[in-house]
Amino acid sequence: MPKATDLHTELGLKEEDLIEMFRFMLLARACDERQWALNRMGKAPFVVPVSGHEAAQVGSAWAFERGKDVFCPYYRDLALVLVAGFSPRDVFLGLFGKKDDPSSGGRQMPAHWGSKERKIITGSSPIATQCLHAAGIALAKKIKREDAVVGTWFGEGGTSEGDWHGAMNFAGIHKLPLVFVCENNQYAISVHESKQVAGSVHSRAAGYGFPGVQGDGNDVLECFRLTKEAVDRARAGEGPSLIELRTYRYYSHTSDDDDRTYRPREEVDEWRAKDPIPRFETYLKSVDVLDDAAVASMREQVATDVAEGAKSAEEAPFPDAADAAKHVFASEGVN
Amino acid sequence: MTEKNVVTAIHDTLMDEMRNDDRVIVLGEDVGARGGVFRATMGFLDEFGEERVIDTPLDECLIAGVAIGLALDGLRPVAEMQFADFIFPGFNQIVQEAARIRYRSNGDFTVPMVIRAPWGGGVHGALYHSQSVEAFFAHVPGLKVVVPSTPYDAKGMLIQAMEDPDPVLYLEHKKTYRLIKGDVPDERYTVPFGKAAVRREGSDLTCVSYGLMHHHCVEAANRLASEGLEIEVIDLRSIYPLDIDTVLESVGKTGKAMVVYEDNKFLGVGAEVSAQIAEKALFELDGPIVRVAGPHVPAMPFAPTLEKWFLPDADRIEQEMRKLAEF
Repeated sequence: MPKATDLHTELGLKEEDLIEMFRFMLLARACDERQWALNRMGKAPFVVPVSGHEAAQVGSAWAFERGKDVFCPYYRDLALVLVAGFSPRDVFLGLFGKKDDPSSGGRQMPAHWGSKERKIITGSSPIATQCLHAAGIALAKKIKREDAVVGTWFGEGGTSEGDWHGAMNFAGIHKLPLVFVCENNQYAISVHESKQVAGSVHSRAAGYGFPGVQGDGNDVLECFRLTKEAVDRARAGEGPSLIELRTYRYYSHTSDDDDRTYRPREEVDEWRAKDPIPRFETYLKSVDVLDDAAVASMREQVATDVAEGAKSAEEAPFPDAADAAKHVFASEGVN
Repeated sequence: MTEKNVVTAIHDTLMDEMRNDDRVIVLGEDVGARGGVFRATMGFLDEFGEERVIDTPLDECLIAGVAIGLALDGLRPVAEMQFADFIFPGFNQIVQEAARIRYRSNGDFTVPMVIRAPWGGGVHGALYHSQSVEAFFAHVPGLKVVVPSTPYDAKGMLIQAMEDPDPVLYLEHKKTYRLIKGDVPDERYTVPFGKAAVRREGSDLTCVSYGLMHHHCVEAANRLASEGLEIEVIDLRSIYPLDIDTVLESVGKTGKAMVVYEDNKFLGVGAEVSAQIAEKALFELDGPIVRVAGPHVPAMPFAPTLEKWFLPDADRIEQEMRKLAEF
């Protein structure tokens, strides 16, 4: 039995939460490995990898109330959208550009998430544009007196965009129920944080009049703790927060990138050793939530789910060419 | 029925719509205490309060992006760009986001928002308070771009824009704000997009225009009537959707076509209208399609002599009409 002083108990997390969080981290990693392999096989033209970011995404997403709160993610947030309700099949439908891809019906590149039903706001490729949408949605929630918090996710590169600063400024002025989550993996494609960010990401919040904190993005419980505090503040009407979660991506920026031109292998290995998944597994075993057998069984189930999801998506139909002209406007035939 | 100028028609319509629908939010620079630099939102703050009349930071990208968020969550934002010349920091949000959200989400998300922007020259506004921006935005599928030129249309098209389920760029010609007056019905009505107005009938030449230029075209046509030339003058009202059918029908009757606009001639609205006439009515034509438009210089200069050189006026339009009619 977990002790009353266990970290997760202090954070208000039950055993079921921990098991689910761990499962989502495994699921994201397995989806990623599968999609990377499909790319190398020539079956998936473009992949945005998530590996390394699982704790940051699952930990932060877990602090929100699904079905009520709103997610404005960026392209690397595969683990986050799984938490928000995407199935592995949904992920692979997007990867292959299939008709039933919930994000776009095969219109957008993979990893451009969106689903009204799951309260994941559609995203584009230009960086940090979603932060202003998040600010507008948060303002709408405030005007309507709706009990909902908005979260927006981005990399440290996104914090250079005017859209990001505009959103921070507006959120501060109007004390919006908005949580900014930076997944700082230290590289915007090839450009290192030292050439991207003057000062530090989290300290920028001070200039906008609200709290900014930094945490270990590979520690899922830490990511949850920091985000939960921010979500609670937002829900209580105390305004926005900025959370900077320091992490690392294990693969290249995308399947079209080659990180060997800009990241030393020793650095990648160093961060591989800090992998958030074994780290959380160690914790779960230490508090007797899972044992080796349970972990093995979970991994097996996740592998099955991913294989089935990928297969089913691969067999699913492409959109009809004639559908490409639809949804330009509400009414068809305006040309 | 009340006689109003264009900006009063816009002000009164927006105010009525805000009274009718709690979802309507106005946001922009100086729209609150100042009531807008052109007074389009005068008195709004007192009546509707700070939650529905939002003085934004000086950040046009923010204005567009926040308005998108409001629309995504079910409100009906009417965003004001203080001058169309300053809309460009918001270009990415308008073009990449607002215009593409319905399409890229396969119809899952929609952005019913209106962006109001005062545009056009003839007001001593020089390079950065005189610009025409319609061509940049009309090029983008997913956006509607409308250009009312009368107080009647200003009201009916603003209501239409606010009821539209998709983003609408509603361009208000600054020079017409107080110059152009007309009767405006007191009751609520809409003017549908994509329906041009034949303001003056004639059999010798078809003249297509919009905004301030439309009024110059009517004046030039009236003068030519004394010479026995009958010019048909069409006000496009909306750039997109474009009512090419009304234009083609007129060209079929007159055999001569002219497009007048104050934007730079190159790749402006006149290029599209001319191309469609050429594609669809070549054998109806008895003369070249003529474009009377702004010159290819970066923007309208300030000094009165320079501004006059840039902006087509009734004299120049009259000469061009006569020349084409006599071709």
